[in-house]
Amino acid sequence: MLEIPVIGLGLVLMLADLFVPAERRRFIGYAAIVALGVLLVTSLSGNGSCGQFGTAFGGMFVNDALSLFFKQLFIVAAILVLFMAAEFSDKLAEGSVAEYYSLILFALAGMLFAASSNDFTMLFVSIELITITFYVLVSFQRSKLQSLEAGVKYLILGALSSSFMVFGIALIWGTTGELNFTKLAAVAPQFADSRIFLLGVLLVLVGLGFKIAAFPFQIWAPDVYQGAPTPTTAFLAIGSKAAGFVLLLRVLFNAVPSVTAHWANLLIVISGITILYGNLCAIPQRNLKRLLGYSSIAQAGYLLLGVAALNASGQSALLYYLAGYLFTVLAAFLVIALVLRQLDTDDISGLAGLNQRSPLLAATLTIAMVSLTGIPPLAGFFGKFVLLKAVIEAAQTTGNHGYYCLAFTALAGVIISLYYYFGIIRAIYWSKEAGDLSVIELSSPAKLSLWICIAGIFWLGLFPNTVLNITNLAAAALGK
Amino acid sequence: MSILTHIAGWPLLAALALVVVPRNYRVIIRAIAVLATLISAVLAVKMFCQFVPGAAGFQFEQQIPWVESLGISYHVGVDGLNVGLILMGAIVAFAAALCSWEIQTREKEFYILLLVMTGGILGAFASLDLFFFYFLHELALVPTFIMIGVWGRGENKNYATFQITLYLSIGALIALIGLIALYLQSGANTFDIPKIIEHAKTNPLAVNAQNFIFPLLLFGFGILVSLWPFHSWAPLGYGVAPSPTAMLHAGVLKKFGLYGLIRIALPLLPQAAQSWAHFLALLCVGNILYVGWVAMRQKDLNLLIGNSSVAHMGFIFLGIASLNLIGVTGAVLIMVAHGFLAALTFALSGYIYKQTGTLEISALGGLCRKLPFIGTVLLMAAMAGCGLPGFANFVGEATVFFGAWKMFPAITIIALWGALVIGGIYMTRAIRNVLHGPLPEKWNSLSDANLWRKLPYAILLVSLLVFGFWPKLLTEKINPDAQKIVAVVTGNAIAASPTSASAANFIAQK
Repeated sequence: MLEIPVIGLGLVLMLADLFVPAERRRFIGYAAIVALGVLLVTSLSGNGSCGQFGTAFGGMFVNDALSLFFKQLFIVAAILVLFMAAEFSDKLAEGSVAEYYSLILFALAGMLFAASSNDFTMLFVSIELITITFYVLVSFQRSKLQSLEAGVKYLILGALSSSFMVFGIALIWGTTGELNFTKLAAVAPQFADSRIFLLGVLLVLVGLGFKIAAFPFQIWAPDVYQGAPTPTTAFLAIGSKAAGFVLLLRVLFNAVPSVTAHWANLLIVISGITILYGNLCAIPQRNLKRLLGYSSIAQAGYLLLGVAALNASGQSALLYYLAGYLFTVLAAFLVIALVLRQLDTDDISGLAGLNQRSPLLAATLTIAMVSLTGIPPLAGFFGKFVLLKAVIEAAQTTGNHGYYCLAFTALAGVIISLYYYFGIIRAIYWSKEAGDLSVIELSSPAKLSLWICIAGIFWLGLFPNTVLNITNLAAAALGK
Repeated sequence: MSILTHIAGWPLLAALALVVVPRNYRVIIRAIAVLATLISAVLAVKMFCQFVPGAAGFQFEQQIPWVESLGISYHVGVDGLNVGLILMGAIVAFAAALCSWEIQTREKEFYILLLVMTGGILGAFASLDLFFFYFLHELALVPTFIMIGVWGRGENKNYATFQITLYLSIGALIALIGLIALYLQSGANTFDIPKIIEHAKTNPLAVNAQNFIFPLLLFGFGILVSLWPFHSWAPLGYGVAPSPTAMLHAGVLKKFGLYGLIRIALPLLPQAAQSWAHFLALLCVGNILYVGWVAMRQKDLNLLIGNSSVAHMGFIFLGIASLNLIGVTGAVLIMVAHGFLAALTFALSGYIYKQTGTLEISALGGLCRKLPFIGTVLLMAAMAGCGLPGFANFVGEATVFFGAWKMFPAITIIALWGALVIGGIYMTRAIRNVLHGPLPEKWNSLSDANLWRKLPYAILLVSLLVFGFWPKLLTEKINPDAQKIVAVVTGNAIAASPTSASAANFIAQK
């Protein structure tokens, strides 16, 4: 169990807030990073309870290869976000950084629960734990109007989607009498014709679609990404999205596989439109965080390719892509947090002359953008490659030509995205009006986190074997 | 480690090394780039000499498993089809690095991209694994866009960058879908090309699957090779590209699509290849005739060369479409020959542009007086371009015509006419207007290339002449392996007929 130490850690951080003087509070974060690092190492080494697969709490909580994969992913994400938060602490309200750290840990606990949930109650509780923590995290810069606006938007739309989800869960329970995924899978085929049951499943998917920012539930993403403090945005982009995906996988393939099998076309259409919407809307954006908001919608579309393929290689590809996306998107937000913290705008022009101000930051952002586009030899390329392979495999095994259309749509998305990702690279290296050319000083923790991201992006792009074996195992756990 | 890994690896290593070299050490940056390409060129020559023609299987092979669950491995090796291409690629890369003196801004980035491009494309040609084949090509392709976008010249720069990026990305991605579909459809569960081909011998792909995949590869690769009517990016892109980029792309990178068709599409999709051959032959006419005609109307030297290079692709496609030993051998011959030729012409036009600041044909004239060396080489390159015997291009084109005659007599006549008449017209006209006639006053200050600058042109020209006079160097290597491909396509293993093999040699002697 990783959840208990994480929650405990969150509480300890809140308490530490009382005893540590305000000017030293950013160092609390480094303590939290070390603690999470220890947790990660124990979970990786497979010792203790992490390596024991099985269920607990009457089947509500499951520990398998899939949950383990996601838990490790969430912890890595949280570590990097904590690094970012420590750099960002002077932009937060005076002395409130310890609260911010502990909220990140509570959100992390929610994500860990989500990775293990095997029951609709558990699903709802973990989602709420994540979402409610994020309401606070998004509006944390209380003095900044944009941050508050983003918080309100996220609150309203989040509450709406939660209500859809809870309504859906009620309908599912009302028709089948089951909330447990495993038990539901056994009885679901009997309700294949029950419209109320299908509506229930659909409403749950609406709620999850909101979390992953899939079309048509993506409206909130750009506004919230733009307004929220950068570390929050980063955690939203990877943590919240990955939590949505693990729950989506569990619901679709563990709880109602019999229903999912008939919904291939629905998933194909959602995935295709999400890709096109995100990429097309990103083109005119000038605000970096907003642009990445749209880009994250597009990336959700690519990830949905792996869901829509409805086969094990698709699920494995999705997990692989998420792992690459983790390092890529965190690298991008780290750079944004470090570069734009002195500026009031998040405009792309703020990147002008970055290669002279800090070659490391310029290189990191370039690598992240190239990887998001999907160009070898970086993580994004191999991720997109396995996703495409899964989709074409689905096309050939099912004979559904929609999959070919989806593959071409995904490629069209890649080509469109070349434009705006390379626009960012051009702003870094070839801007004409570079006003401020002062050197950006980087603290050693910041450098360390940047190098971790770069190493992750290259590692997943050049040596995919290890991680691909892990994701194959995790995807196999899902099919059971 | 295989010598092939060294050939592709040195430029990539040098690119990594350049990352840490401070940008004001210009001489060191240049020296590293030139040295790395020189090493791979020397190694490529060595490999070419050690290659045993007609040996069974691949030579200089190396295989390292990379992703076991998908059956991807780093697998390199050469046979007759790619041995010449790797030699040509390495020599052109060396020449391109030498010609990069024209780049004066952001040299560090330029050389890094140039080296990545070189390593990527040489690796792609050496690769016997579908995944790495694509991966390394893509690695080489992206630097092209950046180089054109940043170091390109002229007002059209942004539009040309936009167009070339769009076309080539679309082409590469369509081919990617085709390659993945091929991998899945083959059922061999490996990306290893020899294994897939071996597997397909006993379990051929279903005809309807072939008919679905072949057009993906044909058009995907076709766009990369500027197959008519998807060629419009090429003259425009080469027109604005800095000359080292144009040399490497037009000379080497563009051959990737053709090589992919011969290496992968023909042996794995034989039935589809046969049914699409006529269509492909018709498109060739577009390349040869239409683009040739467009080339006649050009007022800019670089656009003329670019269009002429697109027109030459038509001959190669015709050779592939003829699906017989002579045709395919000829196609590979032109691929090598055109690589040297395209690199040479773009290098020369780059020199002239650097000196005069324009490539407007009407603004030039009489340059041979001020630039005797450059002028002479340009004249010879133009002659090679219209297929004069003695240059490697003649051998290839003549072989293709012999091969295509049986399959498409009408198209061959048109192609011959296109090669001899249209090519002759625009090349000689360009020569007259650029090199001869009165020398405008303003060009009195031009200076010819010094000894060091002459080197790249000399190397490329000598290569053209060597293979023009001794085509046997290539044909004896290409023939046995082209034979294998053709045997698979036509379905009946014709014993390597001495007549067809010697036909190519016979033409070669002339």
